Amino acid sequence: MIAFFIKRLVTALLVVLTVSAMTFSMTFLTGDPAIAVAGENATQADIVRIREYYGYDRPIPVQFMSWLGRAAQGDFGQSLYLNQPVSIEIFARLKTTMTLGLSALIFALVLAIPLGVVAAIRPNSLLDRFALTVAVVGQAMPSFWFALTMMLWFGINWRILPVSGTDTWAHFVMPSIALGYFITPGVMRLTRAGMLEVLRSDYIRTARAKGASGFSILFKHALRNAIIPVVSLAAVQFGFMLGGSIVIETIFAVNGLGFLAWESIQRADLPMMQAIVLVLSVFYIMLTFLADVLNAWLDPRIRIS
Amino acid sequence: MADPVLSIRNLTVGLPVKLDRKNAVTGISFDVRPREILCVVGESGSGKSITSLATMGLLSPGLKVTSGSIDFDGRDVLKLSNKERNAMRGDQMAMIFQEPMTALNPAYTVGAQIEEVFRIHRNLSAADRRAEVMRLLEEVRLPDPKRLYDAFPHQLSGGQRQRIMIAMALALDPKLLIADEPTTALDVTTQAQILVLLKQLNERHDAGIMFITHDFGVVAEIADRVVVMRHGEIVEQGTADEVLNNPQHPYTRALIDAVPRPMTEETTPEANENPVVIDVQGLNKTFTTSTGMFKPSRTVTAVNNVSFQVKRGETLGIVGESGSGKTTLVRCLMRLIEPDSGAINISGVDFAAKSRSELRSHRKDIQIVFQDPYGSLNPRRTIGSQLIQGAINFGIPRKEAWDRVYKLLDIVRMPHDSVNRFPSQFSGGQRQRLCIARALVVQPKVLIADEAVSALDVSIQREVLHLLNDIRDRLGLTVIFITHDLRVAAQICNEVLVMQYGSVVERGGVSQIFNAPSHDYTKALLSAQPGQNWDMPVFDEGDTLAKI
Repeated sequence: MIAFFIKRLVTALLVVLTVSAMTFSMTFLTGDPAIAVAGENATQADIVRIREYYGYDRPIPVQFMSWLGRAAQGDFGQSLYLNQPVSIEIFARLKTTMTLGLSALIFALVLAIPLGVVAAIRPNSLLDRFALTVAVVGQAMPSFWFALTMMLWFGINWRILPVSGTDTWAHFVMPSIALGYFITPGVMRLTRAGMLEVLRSDYIRTARAKGASGFSILFKHALRNAIIPVVSLAAVQFGFMLGGSIVIETIFAVNGLGFLAWESIQRADLPMMQAIVLVLSVFYIMLTFLADVLNAWLDPRIRIS
Repeated sequence: MADPVLSIRNLTVGLPVKLDRKNAVTGISFDVRPREILCVVGESGSGKSITSLATMGLLSPGLKVTSGSIDFDGRDVLKLSNKERNAMRGDQMAMIFQEPMTALNPAYTVGAQIEEVFRIHRNLSAADRRAEVMRLLEEVRLPDPKRLYDAFPHQLSGGQRQRIMIAMALALDPKLLIADEPTTALDVTTQAQILVLLKQLNERHDAGIMFITHDFGVVAEIADRVVVMRHGEIVEQGTADEVLNNPQHPYTRALIDAVPRPMTEETTPEANENPVVIDVQGLNKTFTTSTGMFKPSRTVTAVNNVSFQVKRGETLGIVGESGSGKTTLVRCLMRLIEPDSGAINISGVDFAAKSRSELRSHRKDIQIVFQDPYGSLNPRRTIGSQLIQGAINFGIPRKEAWDRVYKLLDIVRMPHDSVNRFPSQFSGGQRQRLCIARALVVQPKVLIADEAVSALDVSIQREVLHLLNDIRDRLGLTVIFITHDLRVAAQICNEVLVMQYGSVVERGGVSQIFNAPSHDYTKALLSAQPGQNWDMPVFDEGDTLAKI
């Protein structure tokens, strides 16, 4: 287990290094970064001064190492637009995004996994059809439309939930459902497919021959084996929700990272963009790593070769 | 005589519609008494497994008991509620299955899985449960129970896993133990050990054992009484002595007739003046598996300095248990995997030295038939398109290729209209004939049969073996026949190589191997054959199975 853990950790760190190199190279996407920073009406002297000030005149590997060193300490430089350190803004927004992402993930898993299990017990039954309907609707319905509909009923007509902002937990209910519902179908169908396959397997028959109860067969013997691919999917989906929730964040005025990324692209705020890409990538890698570790715990064949 | 622990009366299990017969099992009646081993024998599709699953209440949802009763310990199990049945299963009646590799849950330690039986049915402290599991692990003769307790199924061999299953089944001293082909998936030496273990346990426990098998050798080894089933009906039942030595029903006689005979007569192989077709010299293959970044990698020698020659028109048998390297040897021979060193000369072409692209035009010279006739045909393409494919690949014009296909269908005795049908419309034996035809369509010089009859019933096995011999003689083929079963090798081979741990431990003519084995491993393999003390009666009714 420890060897497996270290191996995965080293791999993850190597991926982080690769991603950071790619992120760093964003600086040079538009050619000379000094010209881009200086703006249209700058003189040659301005450009030279900016180049020296930001250190763009040093060799690229040296620039990369110093950028990476500072990034590792949480220093991503100054925002070109906000005139404050990038990190302050990012960490403020990250908290909101994490809250939203986590609650959306929990909503999705709590809905999707039991639905998938129930659907697999009796394939093609009424319950299975119901679960399938939930999945198809989730897949087909645009999330902005679903969000607006919820807002209309729960926020405006019935006045149960606040429609925008991030002040209390109640503010997160609707955005979490809107965001989480979007990933429910995939998780549900993967759980169902996995359960269907596992329930047909020989060791489930062994468990029944032992006299194990239906509950124990479903949750102890079957789900643990069926859930393994779901863990990997959920990790990827969670990463997606952290970065790709721009639509939901905009509708509910949740000032998260996704929204900040969209703003920064508009403002051509390069250091901010770099930092967001790097932070989200590192999150993605961490999630994948955690999913691997969780799967190794679930499946001894992975951890003991 | 003790009262039966299990009485099945007029049991009928219906099949879902659209199948070739109405019932899986029709009106069968038999008893299992305490301390006896009752063998239920039959070929695939005879309904023997369905009977055992119905007794356990484990029938798949499509199958329903339509009439009859299964009285166990004074109660009709068919009338029990789910809860009552769960309380009974694993406690008073237990079951061992055919496939030990998949019968255990991969996510839990084997100790925990045995312990679960106590957890479900008894109120014991954790320490007592553990002690009971240790006692069981010792009873089924597993080495080092303390370490095995915490092992996961994938770390154990097939034989060890089957012992775990037996321990689990015996945990609460059940009154009835059902064993559904428990040794079929095991090597012959492991099978012998498991059979000995079951016999010993039978002496110590009161359980009646219902032992399902297709192998009359196994029946002769352990049965007290025998039930013979065919097409869902019982054709004959009686004591082991009656059924084995004086069978009344023609089907039983035909089944016993189809059992491969042990070699007794001395035959000297005829001198073969034909040229050598396969010449293998000093073939080696090792596999290196890395177990982690910080551990040294493990090296397994799968093929160790193997040399042999086969002349045209001969059949060479390669016999060995799982892991002996016989399949790796053949894969190297075909260059499906790369050998580490050695020379392979097949009818004058140096297979080992050629590059992959040079080899392509020679690949047709050596063709293979695999073990599983169900998995080796594409279910979504017609037989015709699968048969013709090989010939087309090697540039034969379409018309000529079809001519070849029809000729081959005659040779393997399949009707010409097979070409328009799909694999699912054929039985296992028919599919294996089609696989043979597919291999022959490119007119190979060498045909390899990799456990090609192992998945077939004995009666069909015999037909396919005859067919292979017939084809070899008619087409002048050279055949390599891989098998784990010495009895089968004896029926078809001229010469036999016995492999163990990647090396050839013995080589010789069939009668020499059988009557005067020199290596200890060959002797062990021979003595592990089930049913040695049974003097098989000879009925000489020809291919009666085909007629009845």
